This record gives sequence, C-alpha cells and structure tokens, in this order.
Amino acid sequence: MKREIQAHFKASRGEFHLDARFTLPAQGVSALFGHSGSGKTTLLRCIAGLEPSIDGSLTVDGQCWQSNGALFIPPHKRPIGYVFQEAHLFAHLNVQQNITFGQRRLKPHERSMTFDDVVAMLGISHLLKRAVTYLSGGERQRVAIARALLTSPKLLLMDEPLSALDEQSRADILPYLERLHDELSTPIIYVSHSQKEVSRLADYLVWLEQGKVQAEGPLQRVMGRFDLAATHGDEAGEVVIAKVMQHDEYYCLSRLQCCCGELWVKRVAGEVGDEVRVHIPAKDVSITLEPATDSSIQNIWPMVVDAISEVEQGQVMLQLRAAGNRQSPPLLSRITLKSFERLQLSVASHCYAQIKSVGLLS
Amino acid sequence: MVMDWQPVWLSLQLATVTTLLLLVIATPLAWWLSQTRSFLKQPIAAIVALPLVLPPTVLGFYLLLLLGPQGAVGQFMQQLGLDTLPFTFAGLVVASIFYSLPFMVQPLHNAFESLGSEPLESAATLRASPFDTFINVVVPLARPGFITGIVLSFAHTIGEFGVILMIGGNIPGETQVLSIAIYDHVEMLEYSQAHILSAGMVLFSFVVLLSLYYVNHRFEMPRR
Amino acid sequence: MKVTVKVLLSLFLLGLLSWPAVAMEKLQVAVASNFSSTMQRLIPSFEQQSGYRVTASYASSGKLFAQITHGAPFDIFLSADGERPHRLEQLGLVVANQRFTYATGTLVLWAPEARSPEEALQQLQQGRFSFLSIANPKIAPYGAAAMQVLAKLGLDQRFIKRTVRGENIAQAYQFVYSGNAQLGFVAKSQWIDAGDNINGVVWAVPTHMYSPIDQQGVLLKRAEQNPAALAFIDYLYSDGAKQIIAASGYGGLTQTITVE
Repeated sequence: MKREIQAHFKASRGEFHLDARFTLPAQGVSALFGHSGSGKTTLLRCIAGLEPSIDGSLTVDGQCWQSNGALFIPPHKRPIGYVFQEAHLFAHLNVQQNITFGQRRLKPHERSMTFDDVVAMLGISHLLKRAVTYLSGGERQRVAIARALLTSPKLLLMDEPLSALDEQSRADILPYLERLHDELSTPIIYVSHSQKEVSRLADYLVWLEQGKVQAEGPLQRVMGRFDLAATHGDEAGEVVIAKVMQHDEYYCLSRLQCCCGELWVKRVAGEVGDEVRVHIPAKDVSITLEPATDSSIQNIWPMVVDAISEVEQGQVMLQLRAAGNRQSPPLLSRITLKSFERLQLSVASHCYAQIKSVGLLS
Repeated sequence: MVMDWQPVWLSLQLATVTTLLLLVIATPLAWWLSQTRSFLKQPIAAIVALPLVLPPTVLGFYLLLLLGPQGAVGQFMQQLGLDTLPFTFAGLVVASIFYSLPFMVQPLHNAFESLGSEPLESAATLRASPFDTFINVVVPLARPGFITGIVLSFAHTIGEFGVILMIGGNIPGETQVLSIAIYDHVEMLEYSQAHILSAGMVLFSFVVLLSLYYVNHRFEMPRR
Repeated sequence: MKVTVKVLLSLFLLGLLSWPAVAMEKLQVAVASNFSSTMQRLIPSFEQQSGYRVTASYASSGKLFAQITHGAPFDIFLSADGERPHRLEQLGLVVANQRFTYATGTLVLWAPEARSPEEALQQLQQGRFSFLSIANPKIAPYGAAAMQVLAKLGLDQRFIKRTVRGENIAQAYQFVYSGNAQLGFVAKSQWIDAGDNINGVVWAVPTHMYSPIDQQGVLLKRAEQNPAALAFIDYLYSDGAKQIIAASGYGGLTQTITVE
C-alpha cells in the first residue's frame, strides 16, 4: 500500500468557505502554500485535531483520524508534532522542561527520538537551563521544534515557523529546517506563504486559494503553474503588505510604507499604524532609467531587474526587487516589447519603477 | 480589661475552611466560565457577582429564610434528617461561601481567560489530556490568579459582618466571630477592647494585602 | 440693571438672615429603632399641635450614643435604655437632671407553634425547641430582661448553646419570624405592630420577673433654648402621647394577648 495522507475538510465561517481535498505523500516535506486567508493554517489545525467543529475526513498512513462526524481522535491522542507560528512555549517551565514536556507523556517504547540527538540537531544544548523568557525569537522557535520532535511524531506539522522572525533569525534557522528535511524520516507538512521558503524546503506542494485547492503535485510543477498564473492577464500583479504611516487630509492622501519604499495613495480608512494589503497591477508599473522629477506619478522606487519573461503580443513581464535589498518581495511590471528594447533592460539592470495606481485589498 | 480571643480563633477557622472549600468549588466554575460558549455563561457570571453589589444584610436575610425550617433548603435538609443551618458553624461556612464566591471566581476567571488558547493547544499537541493540561499547565500559569483569589477570599471572610449578623445568632464559640465581637464591644461602649480588635483587623488586612501585592509582583513575569 | 442687582442682592441677604429662624423650628430627634413605629405615630400628632417640624433618625441606641458623643447635631435623644442617657449626663453632653422615662418596655415570650400562653411557657421549661431567640443581653435591655426571666425560671444555664442572640430586639424577633428559632423573648410592641400577620401566641412575662425596661430620653445641651425641643418633651407627657405610647405596647400591661 502506498504511504500517503488523504484529507478532505469542509467548513463555512462567514465569508470564508473551505472545501479542500488533497492527498500528500507520507514522506518528505509537503507544503500547504497560498496567500494569507487561503485557509492553509486552518487546514493544518484540522489535521492536528485543533478544529473539532470543522467536518472532514483524514487518513494518515492507513489510519483513520477523523471521519465525517463518525470518528474524531482528539489532538492529544494523535501522534503528531506541531510547531506554531509563534513558539507558544510554556512560560512556567525552563527550556529543558519545555522540550521534554511531550516526551515525558510517551510510553518508553513510543520514544524513537532521543533527547541528545534532538538537542544536538537544533543546536540548543547551551540553552537548556534558561527561562524561556530570555530567548531570542530564533532560539524560541528552535526550542519549539525540539519540543515537537521529542514527541516522536509520525507526522510533523509546521505553521509558518519563520514568519514571526526577523530576517537574520530566519536565515539562521533555515539550515536547521533543511537538516530536518535531510535527516528525518518523519513526514512534514509545512504551511507557508513564502515562495522562497517553500522552494527551499518542500518536495510536494498544495497550492490553496480562498479555501480551495488550485493545484497539487511535486514542487516544480506546481510552482511553475503558480508563476504563470501570477503573470497572466490584466489582473497580474503583486500583493504587498504596507503600513499606514500618515494621513494628509489636505490632499486627501495617505502615506504607506512597504518593503520596497513609500507609497502615496488615496486616503485610506485605516488608522496610522494599521496594516493594509495593496495590490499593485503589473500593467500599472512603468519603468524609467532616471528618476522622473516632472512626472505626475508620485510613487517612484529604485529597483533592480531580477527576471524577465516574455508574454504574448509584444508584452514583456519584468520581475523587480528593491535596489539594495535582496530579500524584498518581487514587484511585477508589464511593459511593451518596444519600450523594453528601447531601455535596453537586462537582468541586474538598475531602473526606477513608477507606480501609477494601486488597489486596496483590505 | 479582659480580652476574649475566642472570636479571633473562630474567624480564622471560618476563613480557612471557607477558602479551602471555595478553591474546590470556584476552580471548576471559573474554568467553565472561561471556556464555555454556552448562553448560560452571562447569567451564571452575573449570579456569581451578585454578592458584590447586594448589601450583605440582604444576602443574609434571604439565606436566613432559605436555610430556615420553612425555606426550601431547610426543608430539604430536614427530610435528610439533618439540622437546619442557621446559628451553626456549618451555616456560617455556607453563607461565607456564597458571600466570598466572586472574590475567588473572578481572579481565577480572569487568570484563565488571559492564558488564551495557545498553552492549551500546545499541550494538546504534546500528548497532554485536558485534565493533565489543567493540572500541569493551566494551574501553574494561573498561579497569580490563585494567590489573589485565596488571599481575597480569606481576608473577605475575616471581615464579613452583615451576613453573619443575620444568620449567626452570636453564639459564643460557635458563631460569634471577630467582626461580631467588635460590634458588640462598640455597642457595649467598651471602646478599648473594640480598638484592640479593630486595629488588629486593620493591621491584619493590610499585611495580607501587602503580601499579596509583593507576591504577585514577584510572579509577574513578562510573557508572550 | 443696577436696581435689579440691588433688589436681587437684598433678597439674597434677607434669605440669609431669615435662615436661622427657619432652622430653629426644625427638631432633630435621635430615636432608638425599637421605638420607631410608635415615633411615627407621635410625629404627625405633635406637628399638628405645635407647628414645628420633626426629623427623626432611627438607629440602635449604641450607635446614636456614639454619634452624639462625636458631635452629631441632635436635639433630643430617645434611648432604648437608661444606661446611655445616664452616661451622656455624666459626660456633660445633655441638660442635667432632665432625664425622663418616656416608655416602659414590656417583654413577651412568643411561641409561633403554641396554642396557649401556658403551652408557650411549658415549651420553654421543657426545652422543646431547637433555638431560643433573645436580644443580646450585653447590649439590649430587652435581652438583659430576658436573661433575668430565664434566671428566675432556673433555665439560664441550660440552653446556652441553643440561645441565639440578636444584635437588637428587632433581630431577635426576625429569628423567630423566619422560623429558625421556635421561641423568642420579644417586645410586646413588636407583637402589636405585626397585627394579624404572624402565628402563635405570647406569654406575657409577669413584670415582677424582670427589672423595668425604662426607655429614657434626654435633651442635648445644644437644644437647651430650642423651643421646639422643649415643646416636644412637654408633648410626650401629654395624655394624647401617653395614649399612643400605651396603645403601642408600652407601659404596665398585665393582660395576655392571644391571636389565632
């Protein structure tokens, strides 16, 4: 029998409708991938048994864990390890007590992971006696992973374990995650919205949008379809998360800050400090080589060309990133082939992106 | 001047027994309140909070009627072949439990709610059953709430007057507690005895509250 | 404009000047709570006769005593006993040699389950009750009287653990009323006030069994010249007032009252 995980969950909560059916291999790293609000975290919680009110069925490696109301194995009886977005360590226990919390609740014959191996794998031996309050973000997450691993799980579930961390901690912890992938036989389900993380860690991908599975399969095939979808049609563009910095009541404008730079938009409803998501359509991003000072367009960002792909009918799609920031999320720009040739653009060219309009998503 | 220390001893006994019983009663109640989505949550929470707003004599008067031979509870107890509760130490315990209930339930309820669902979910994914989680995660994390609840219930029972006045009957060694003794001394114009007991009570309450603040301060760890 | 201001100002000053005169006509009486219902019958009759206005404050004698010693603005104090007026006199807070007995308390034994006064007394003597209710003898004169009666009957040591003590005579009554005590020494005035609303019978305790429960009144120093206060004391001696007080259950009562 083929070792796999079959899941189907259905729920409606207000505006959000979840109806996802997928099958994952019970080995390697599978990613549930999608934008925020796509339902990927909810699905992971369903697999863990943390959403008892959501109807569905789940079979893991031939064992039924949940079956449409007829059967529901509570979370503490499922052989899983779960790493939350924020570590959720127990504040009343030190590091060692935290990581052995689950292990102590196993019968001796159920323990397939040893304390020393796990501590060594995650490089936390020097932290064991510390109070969890005094750990950095990256350390907390490594302790959380160790804690989950020491329950000797048959399935390891990870919910965006890097998203709450800063760039540096993220870079520090990724090698440990790669080691998990290489050294463990335990299957991992990894939830992420980051194309980069997923590309680096996952073997198998389930792409979710608005509670539905858009595509599933081996990483490269699904990622290719995802890229294509992102660059097709007039709606192509990038969603960026921006913070409201200031309102200008006289001009009826708001200043937003996002990873690529400042963005002046029509007055938004939110308060200063709120996060908003804006959609920047590729067709509304034009390119100049010099910063225009006499343009009617206010939002001009220095960028670097990261990738170029030609789309049909004399159109070219450019993938840009902020100049001086290798980690910045991509910005898409669609220009005509004619302009592209006139500007003599190539990968690594420096240029200025002019953003003509943005759409506010929330 | 002769001081009778029996009321002091009786008050300490009453407060200790009441606090211990309240721990047993209020802990599951507060936990239920913090977790439930039942429509009964608000009505039950309101009933628990009633002694905070009702004058103690109102509570005492109704307890006197309810627990008395003609009251529903009193008749039930008589059918079981038991004595009725007013004018007995057991009656004072029952009344004090009602009266001090919010002082135990509310700190616990707040402590449980402020934990959020995260520690519970973490524990569930670490093989801990709900009961295991409660004992080994919830109780230690809610320790400041337990300390507050215990201290407030104890101190509040020591200071209780109106309810006991109504159902105690002022029997020396049985129901004549500290606050009643102070009242009697004042009424008998024995102001120096009243002073000793009252000043002792003020000092006692201050020390109890002060140690509460110190202890809670020590446990206030920065949390995520 | 100026004229209007002057007129307003003079009216205001006139008001200020006339204020003490208005205040003089008011009378503040501190009344022991056991006498409250009787006092409420006395006030209208006095106000009608004299034209003065009376404000009464009801509390336990002990509380009123404490308030008076700390300067509470009362003109007359009607205590439930003789002890506190005596103490006030010693403290020099009241007009000397003016203590007066305005009512004499009458003690009855109330037995809600008995059918005759004899049965009520038997019930007490045979100990057929769970709790006996009395007012706290250390505080309340009715309680002290009840203890004297128990001593005369040779019962004072027998029921110590079954004797519940109300802080005042009202609470002693309440314990019986609520059914928690099956017998109680209460004031006859309470029994009369309750009318037909309560069960049982009372045994009227012979007055020779306890020393008289004299309820005394005093005139406070601040009211020595207050005509309203003097008028009220005169009124208490009048036949009309005596009748009201006697009808309320005070004074030398001998006959037994039975209510079905």
